Amino acid sequence: MDRRFPFKVLEHIFSFVDSNEDRNSVSLVCKSWFETERRTRKRVFVGNCYAVSPLKVARRFPKMRSLTLKGKPHFADYNLVPDGWGGYAWPWIEAMAARRPLLEEIRLKRMVVTDECLEKIAASFRDFKTLVLTSCEGFSTDGIAAIASTCRKLRDLELRECIVDDLGGDWLSYFPETSTSLVSLDFSCLDSEVKLSDLERLLSRSPNLKSLKLNRSVTLDVLESLLRRAPQLVELGTGSFSDELDPEEIAKLTKALSELKQLKSLSGLWDLLPEYIPLLYSVCPRLTSLNLSYATVQMPDLIDLLSRCSKLQKLWVMDLIEDKGLKTVALCCKELRELRVFPSGADLDETDVTLTEQGLVSVSEGCKKLESVLYFCVQFTNAALVSIAKNRPNFRCFRLCVMEPFAPDYRTQQPLDEGFKAIVEKCKDLRRLSVSGLLTDKAFEYIGVHAKKLRMLSIAFAGDSDLMLHHLLSGCQSLKKLEIRDCPFGDTALLENAAKLETMRSLWMSSCFVSFGACKQLSQKMPRLNVEVIDEHPPKTRPDSSPVERIYIYRTVAGPRLDTPEFVWTIHKSPEVGVSRLSIR
Amino acid sequence: MITELEMGRAESELELGLGLSLGGGTAAKIVKPGGGGAWGERGRLLTAKDFPSVGSKRAADSASHAGASPPRSSQVVGWPPIGSHRMNSLVNNQATKKEDDGKKQAKDDETKDVTKKVSGKVQVGFIKVNMDGVAIGRKVDLNAHSSYENLAQTLEDMFFRTSPGTIGLTGQFTKPLRLLDGSSEFVLTYEDKEGDWMLVGDVPWRMFITSVKRLRVMKTSEANGLAARHQDPKERQRNKPV
Repeated sequence: MDRRFPFKVLEHIFSFVDSNEDRNSVSLVCKSWFETERRTRKRVFVGNCYAVSPLKVARRFPKMRSLTLKGKPHFADYNLVPDGWGGYAWPWIEAMAARRPLLEEIRLKRMVVTDECLEKIAASFRDFKTLVLTSCEGFSTDGIAAIASTCRKLRDLELRECIVDDLGGDWLSYFPETSTSLVSLDFSCLDSEVKLSDLERLLSRSPNLKSLKLNRSVTLDVLESLLRRAPQLVELGTGSFSDELDPEEIAKLTKALSELKQLKSLSGLWDLLPEYIPLLYSVCPRLTSLNLSYATVQMPDLIDLLSRCSKLQKLWVMDLIEDKGLKTVALCCKELRELRVFPSGADLDETDVTLTEQGLVSVSEGCKKLESVLYFCVQFTNAALVSIAKNRPNFRCFRLCVMEPFAPDYRTQQPLDEGFKAIVEKCKDLRRLSVSGLLTDKAFEYIGVHAKKLRMLSIAFAGDSDLMLHHLLSGCQSLKKLEIRDCPFGDTALLENAAKLETMRSLWMSSCFVSFGACKQLSQKMPRLNVEVIDEHPPKTRPDSSPVERIYIYRTVAGPRLDTPEFVWTIHKSPEVGVSRLSIR
Repeated sequence: MITELEMGRAESELELGLGLSLGGGTAAKIVKPGGGGAWGERGRLLTAKDFPSVGSKRAADSASHAGASPPRSSQVVGWPPIGSHRMNSLVNNQATKKEDDGKKQAKDDETKDVTKKVSGKVQVGFIKVNMDGVAIGRKVDLNAHSSYENLAQTLEDMFFRTSPGTIGLTGQFTKPLRLLDGSSEFVLTYEDKEGDWMLVGDVPWRMFITSVKRLRVMKTSEANGLAARHQDPKERQRNKPV
């Protein structure tokens, strides 16, 4: 067959195709398009590190410069995935080091990264520029030192919410003595102190630094000295904001903050004292992103701050903001696109904190660009959900966590079915949804019927029967990730909708009624699914009808993985074998 | 209750191709008061009855509930769904709120040395607990406990009892464990910040939570070599009256 376009022309056209989804579609058109696309893809994204082998990826994309990988299931963030489950970065790093030495960027999420991995990265990729580790674990500050000292072209080093074996702050002194090419540095998740002089000197010789996120142990009294050396910052994460400063220090710090003319994003602010809020006034008008979720400031002090942030697009805050504070946000922050309200535990403390559903209703009324919400609240009503949906049909991400499991609408005592129905009916672009509160199968029928663009759904303590799962798997066309805990169903819906699972990235179910027998059937039925059972006891020793604690099902072309720990069982494809536990480290 | 109605309809609508020995749904079918054998308990789900705080009806129901104490929503594993970094920060805030008054005086005396640790902040959150013979480790929130007895009770519940909702890891029922007095098959040990393994219970609680790195429930037979009750120089220092 004649090729319509020569390779060079195709290559040029594809260079305008950025998104990986589009590139995936392009690669399915025909063989020559597949070949051209694969030879030109620079940014590779693998949503489940066990879906494909590192070797295959390395071979397929010879021009790759950037690799993004995700490992553990999302519920690992909430301690539902036991330690040692897997998600090791090593095989990937090893494969890339051997075959793709021109790799420049590595971004990992929820993976186990060892010092060995970091040292290998440092030693293997001569142009290495970007390392972003989110919710990773398994490495120490020694590994970070290796990256800092060896990667001469390093631009981004970001450790977001990682669990690090913190051996001290020395790693900071390992950056090259001559000027660095650092653009962003985030060590906010580390515990130990870094030496002030190391930090000052690093800032002085990093003229390109735009984003700096300090850790909590950097005290307020040294902040001024740091900011003086980096007035070009666009993103700042402060350390602790609670030391006592004398008036002269306060004046100097106020001035230093006001000199940050390009500052758009502010975070950190641990233990922010109300008396220090005025120091931030000068940066507020320019802020597009503000993270107060570690600042234990209460009302009414928060109003003084928020009323000055008219350009704010992203706000993360604790429930200490209360309904009153959210009303202010609704009035003043007209550009708001993303809101997250986290629990402060104040309700457990019996402090008076009034955050109710009304807060979210206000914001949905006042902030017309709002499209992403994460809201923790003790209880909710259907009426509020209906209002919110009517106000904001442009939601793309709606995550409501009613903290009391099984809590009904507290005014009518009805389940929240009708409320979530309104959400999925009105918000036609909804990509991500988390539901909570008392929900019957009906709620999931609505979701199945209406949420056609939904890609990720999280459910806990909900539903009545297998119908619930059936509605979701047969209805939600775009569903890619489904995670469920503590719901009363399992086998039937799972088996009836087995084919659906191969169109999804993964399914997590814990504390549900999925039987070992069903797992076996499912695995035998679907050759390209890994059905993994996480259980203390070998499933083989129990009757087929017995429930398994946790299952994780994902599509893969790599076959069963070889690195499972003793409590993870991959259900074998052939009926006689039952379970296999291949374990080769 | 709504759930029962829905379930009745659901069963007739759905074609059951596979026999479900556990039934189509609500935990109401599954609850077995008292022992009932390992599998009956393992299959039990949390239901609304386990959370009596919402509405008086539930409070009344829970009174007749199977003897197990209903968990607060904050005691269920992984609930509310907050990441561990944030969770640790939360519990630290709770702890320091209580300490703040006492520490204010100490703060005024501090020198402005950036290498000094931030005082008054007890950076203790969730620490890992492993038990001999059990593959899956757990995490326990030390700040949610006020004493050794408290902690031992939680660990016993975690590993030996099937408290509702969190399927017991060993799935067995045994008599109260007494991890602390050396009379049972297991003892509770911990690794301190210096890397030494010690028996839990020798130092005052407050001192313990600042020096513990992780816990291990060890078989008594294996714990003989441990720095048990003899006083070594480090311990002598630590055991100064508080």
